[in-house]
Amino acid sequence: MTEVSSQVLSDSQGTATVFAGDYLNKLSGERIERECRAKLNAGYREIIVDFSGTELVNSIGISILMGVIDAASGIGAKVVFAEPNPMTTELFDMLGLTRHVEIRA
Amino acid sequence: MKLQEMRSTNFSRFAAERNKLVHTFGALAEIGQEVSNKHNFQETVRTSLHLVLGSLGIMRGGVVRYTRFEHELNMVSARGLGDDFPFGMSLCYEDERQFLANGLYPIECDQARVLPFFQVYDRSLERAKIELFVPLVVRDELLGGIFLGEKASGEQYTSHDKEIICAMGRHIGVAISQRNLMAELERRADENRRLYDDLKMTYKDTVKAFAAAIDRKDKYTEGHSVRVGKYSEAIARELGWGEEEIEGAAFAGYLHDIGKITVERKIINAPYRINAKESTELNKHPGAGYEILQPIRHPYAGVPLAAKYHHERLDGRGYPDGLYDREIPYIAKVVNLADAFDAMTSDRPYRRRRSAQEVFEDLQRNSGKQFAPELVTALLRGVIRELSGESKDKTFRKMLGREYMESEGLMPMVRTALNELAPTTPLTFVAHK
Repeated sequence: MTEVSSQVLSDSQGTATVFAGDYLNKLSGERIERECRAKLNAGYREIIVDFSGTELVNSIGISILMGVIDAASGIGAKVVFAEPNPMTTELFDMLGLTRHVEIRA
Repeated sequence: MKLQEMRSTNFSRFAAERNKLVHTFGALAEIGQEVSNKHNFQETVRTSLHLVLGSLGIMRGGVVRYTRFEHELNMVSARGLGDDFPFGMSLCYEDERQFLANGLYPIECDQARVLPFFQVYDRSLERAKIELFVPLVVRDELLGGIFLGEKASGEQYTSHDKEIICAMGRHIGVAISQRNLMAELERRADENRRLYDDLKMTYKDTVKAFAAAIDRKDKYTEGHSVRVGKYSEAIARELGWGEEEIEGAAFAGYLHDIGKITVERKIINAPYRINAKESTELNKHPGAGYEILQPIRHPYAGVPLAAKYHHERLDGRGYPDGLYDREIPYIAKVVNLADAFDAMTSDRPYRRRRSAQEVFEDLQRNSGKQFAPELVTALLRGVIRELSGESKDKTFRKMLGREYMESEGLMPMVRTALNELAPTTPLTFVAHK
């Protein structure tokens, strides 16, 4: 399983990238949530969740991502989902997450 | 629209619906697995809430558990409801009645404002953007509820969504029901344990009162029953018995002479060696003790038998039934040794107590005849462990007195007795009638 990790792209732009693992479930999802909340608390106002290495997102993963979206919108921050595969994109779209985040191919 | 375009649109819609179903069924399967696994309750509910929210793309929600005695819904797990959302929410009788009548099906909050519950918590529900409340009713019992906020898609909940929520809610209801059952079982077990402890305490107090009454009747052997109880306990401990059994041995010792309350005081207190007739009368006390103790439901096995057979000997020369070794209940053998040890080490009106040397020689000599050898060994071991300081227990010192325990040459004497006894003496004495 790929480890969840994060990277600060540019402090001046206030953007942080969090890399999701290969399978977004409860365990990895909660790590992503912790990571994202830490970045938001640290003042970053754009969180990019990188799904380039993610094959599958289950229901718990969706719930956790909605928690991240909710936390970000509460403080006026933006969430971007980067490079999700077509199946994941379809899932985000189907469940309405794409109304709240920007999807970057 | 051309036929081909229509087909393509229908196919896309069909594929989307299929994917949605696959996603939802995956969540349903997971929630079933989560509930059947023996995780902790809090974690099960937390995961289940994730699954409900994630399967339908619901932005926020919470699961509450109903406590019937307080008429309150208490939050077990919440996502995105905010810190202001109440942790405990009171229900009135009418709310409970309506929720039970509604059963496990989502209630739309803005259409249920006639109910006191939705009037009282209107602002909290509105602030958290709660759209649905699902009463978790399982087998006609209100167990809790699920609060659900808006869908991320901004769409209304469909009847299909509500069916899925019901199916998942049923699983969460079962988890709460299981938790309630476990809590009830634990409560009853605690109550039973407390009752049992109370009963045991009452039993102990009663036994000690009886022991005191027996000893008061016999002014020359004051404290005898208590000492026999203590020696029996010490022997049982040396034998490696469990705490309950050790306690049982102590009580068998305390009560072994209870039959003496049926014997005339003048015989018991005779300041001379009693005659044959009086002896016959006195020797009835084990049987009388058994008659007294047998109808009582003792928490420890063997207490009445210990009273009946504590004067039996391994060689069959004891009374009342002249039983041989293996015929004698083990607890009676323990009490027999404790009784004899106390008789030898206590002053009587017609004689002084025997010296330590005489006592240990007697034990050695009668091992295998009157006393079970492994019990004598256990008693000697107990004395040695106390003398050497290996054991913090002070039973023998308290019962025999400092002077006796510190008499010259006691330790080597007991060691010798133990060494001579342990390797050579047969475990049982074989005799034939």
